[in-house]
Amino acid sequence: MTEITLEMVKQRAEADARTYGYYLNPDPKFLQSLLEGLKRNEERYGYPSCPCRLASGKFEIDRDIICPCDYRDPDVAEFGACYCALYVRKDLYEGKTEVKPVPERRPLEKQSKAYNAATTASEAKPATPTKEEAKPSGSKPKLWYCKQCGYVVFRDEPPYTCPICKAKKEMFAEIKTRIDFT
Amino acid sequence: MQFSKVSGQKRQHKVILYALSTCAWCRMTKQFLEDNNVEFEYVYVDLCEEEDKQKIRDHIQSKGGPLSYPTIIVDDNMIITGFRTDKIREALGL
Ligand code: SF4
Repeated sequence: MTEITLEMVKQRAEADARTYGYYLNPDPKFLQSLLEGLKRNEERYGYPSCPCRLASGKFEIDRDIICPCDYRDPDVAEFGACYCALYVRKDLYEGKTEVKPVPERRPLEKQSKAYNAATTASEAKPATPTKEEAKPSGSKPKLWYCKQCGYVVFRDEPPYTCPICKAKKEMFAEIKTRIDFT
Repeated sequence: MQFSKVSGQKRQHKVILYALSTCAWCRMTKQFLEDNNVEFEYVYVDLCEEEDKQKIRDHIQSKGGPLSYPTIIVDDNMIITGFRTDKIREALGL
């Protein structure tokens, strides 16, 4: 595996901010600690999960909080910053609006999975390892499409908002067509 | 569960801080308590054993708090979620 450097993490965040018209947190120390947190999470979990949320270490469960998380766009739109305040709006970047803590938008049931998942995993391991692996959390990934812009995503649930056109979750519908990849 | 203790002059309240080792708001909160000379104990939840994570979740939820960090519990009855200096000041009389 290639080594993850702080510079890589930073460049990725900068590129993403540029693409979406956001800015990174203007406080260098604050920014630095978030980037270090992302690096640390990528090292220990294999993906850069949100530094300000407890991850389960299981990809399927943490998918919505992999940075940039599902909640970033609605949070920046409503509060001017994402939950961690890594990504901020222009007026906050320029110091015209104060950067304040943002309330948690991630549903509680998803949050508590980070605690349950880990425990069920450690309890289930010695007894029935194969059964657990086949069914990670009771749900199966499906194909979903955004009725507004056509974006397609393959996961258990549609995203909180569409990452392309920002349509709400309700705008997603399941694609029921069978596709044979042969 | 291994709590780390930070000594301070202000010891009127028992202050517990649940934090994540990677979170910038948690760092700010810890720094704020230190700067204000508050004595407190903290633990990084993401570095805990699974069993302890459950205990922490139960503790936070038993006080009616959401499962987000930083969480401060004052005298085992008052809970403050997030870096809210106004609330911390009020609860600790700073
Ligand atoms: S809240 Fe911000 S830093 Fe955390 S995952 Fe979402 S976009 Fe990334």
